[in-house]
Amino acid sequence: MSEAAAETPLVEMRGLTRHFRIGRGEVVHAVDDVSLAIAPREIVGLVGESGSGKSTLGKTLIGLHDKTAGEVIYQGQRMPDRYRPVDFRRYARDMQMIFQDPYSSLNPRMTVGEIVGEGLRLHSDLRGAEARDTVASWLVRVGLSPDHMSRYPHEFSGGQRQRIGIARALVLEPEFVVCDEPISALDVSVQAQVVNLLGELKASLGLTMLFIAHDLSMVRYVSDRMAVMYLGSLVELGAANRVFFAPKHPYTELLIGSNPEPDPVSERSRPSTAIRGEIPSPVNVPPGCRFANRCPKVMDRCRTEAPELIPVADEGHGHRQVACHLYDAAA
Amino acid sequence: MALLEVSDLHVEFDTYGGTVHAVRGVDFRLDEGQTLAIVGESGCGKSVTVQSFTGLIPMPPGRIVRGGATLRGHDILGGGRIDGKEVRGREIGMIFQDPMTSLNPTMTIGDQIAEPLQVHAGMKRRTAHARAVELLEMTRIPEPAKRAEQYPFEFSGGMLQRAMIAMALSCEPSVLIADEPTTALDVTIQAQILDLMVDLQRENGMAIALITHDLGVVARMADEVLVMYAGQVVERGSVDDVFYRSAHPYTLGLKAAMPTNQSEGEQDLQPIDGSPPDLFAPPEGCGYAARCPFAMEACQGPPPVYGIRAAAADAYDHESRCWLHHEDCDIAAEGVHKGE
Repeated sequence: MSEAAAETPLVEMRGLTRHFRIGRGEVVHAVDDVSLAIAPREIVGLVGESGSGKSTLGKTLIGLHDKTAGEVIYQGQRMPDRYRPVDFRRYARDMQMIFQDPYSSLNPRMTVGEIVGEGLRLHSDLRGAEARDTVASWLVRVGLSPDHMSRYPHEFSGGQRQRIGIARALVLEPEFVVCDEPISALDVSVQAQVVNLLGELKASLGLTMLFIAHDLSMVRYVSDRMAVMYLGSLVELGAANRVFFAPKHPYTELLIGSNPEPDPVSERSRPSTAIRGEIPSPVNVPPGCRFANRCPKVMDRCRTEAPELIPVADEGHGHRQVACHLYDAAA
Repeated sequence: MALLEVSDLHVEFDTYGGTVHAVRGVDFRLDEGQTLAIVGESGCGKSVTVQSFTGLIPMPPGRIVRGGATLRGHDILGGGRIDGKEVRGREIGMIFQDPMTSLNPTMTIGDQIAEPLQVHAGMKRRTAHARAVELLEMTRIPEPAKRAEQYPFEFSGGMLQRAMIAMALSCEPSVLIADEPTTALDVTIQAQILDLMVDLQRENGMAIALITHDLGVVARMADEVLVMYAGQVVERGSVDDVFYRSAHPYTLGLKAAMPTNQSEGEQDLQPIDGSPPDLFAPPEGCGYAARCPFAMEACQGPPPVYGIRAAAADAYDHESRCWLHHEDCDIAAEGVHKGE
């Protein structure tokens, strides 16, 4: 956890930025100047509302989007700003992604064997029976059966499809996996199956993960550290339990306060903490803190001056970083 | 007399693959000002249950095989056929999971809210439109007059769900059915919508039937809970009984599969292995037996519903459909509340 953060990171984002031009001189600031280092075998959870840029960050990180600015350092090596086909071939063995929607992320015209085996065909020397055996063993590993190889995605339930997606991502035994909402489309009982599977695979393969989700309880459970994103930038980062149980940024506090707990007594006694308004448009973002217009603790300076992500004491629980003027005034 | 009462409801669908036995004997009652939560995983029949008495089941292929539903004592499900329009909109308002696809993209929000007022309350277009603006204001939409002239694509997901609520409440229904109303929304917006539903219920005393798979939302909203599995109610009771004195192994399984958010002494997640039974050919015995850690021979036969003695006097009966509650069963099922 906190010791891990001090190690040499496996993946590091430095000022990573991704903008989208949408015409008429307007720019969507999907990801703005995000710096985050992930240690080997660490799971960093990334939470935030829809439209906060979580998925764009994940995709930019592994090269599915070009970078507008900033850089990604992987094992000490600077990754290309814009991936060419040869780059995807070079890095596919290192980094993979598990997608949110198990219904649209599997090609309906390919069999499960072809879907899981495609990575081996393109990126390894395994062929024929050897490749087939590897695919079969991965299907077993994710809780499916080798007999499923000749079947098509529509023959499977949501949870089983997500397992196919996991097998496809992990068949090349990557070091680093971006999990983009891997459980949000699944039922509660199946979510636990997939989360435990990811936990086992992390332990056996030594995986490092960026775990993107909006289910705060699940992210806390899964992650070593938790990063909170709002309108394209990070507002808080720290040990997952600390961020969840003792949030420092006013946005994190409201976000976690909105999360209903499966406990009727505590729900009845809880004051209504509903956050006002909605996440603003990431087009031509205003100067100052991006949360200022919804923040209950807003000060004059928040409207003009953007807060930096700065280290803040976390009462003896490792590092915490918060982007809020409430804390840089105190420092 | 109950406001809404559903008894022994059986719904089937004819498909190319055979007949799906989607709902297999569900009953419940709903009183004024009460919130009933129906929980269960995808395919357990929770949506079909409420769609059947609002006339939203396409027939064919759907079929209400057996069962009745009454609203204030009036039969609304006579002979398996239902005149949905009479009931829907006026007496029962509905909101759905995905507000993006439940609204007409070619009509302004104001016109869509005004439509039921014109159809059911016989209002003139202009009066109905003025009322639509008031309803938007009631659901806390800023600048309601301007928003009423806009189209769905100009609204965010949370705003659309508010508009859906405004439409559902336009004819002042006595029952609001909310089918996964916040599943597509962020937790922050979810909190706003749930607060809004609670406030509106307090103001006009409507009953809410809330369908959800999120136990957090249930804990926040419900007075009474029905837990459904494979087309049947497996446990029912007050929200406290179902959460703190869970009597059915499936309810226990659901709770153990979720993180508890305790800072200390946290349990590992316990997934429920396997998947729900095939409802083309539902098992004769308990639907949950194949996944149940306490399954025994008796589970091959259909379990009766047992009343659980409540720990405290409560307005809601606590019941569980499980052989573990049989008086001769001496299996020590850890965590199952037997009422002693």
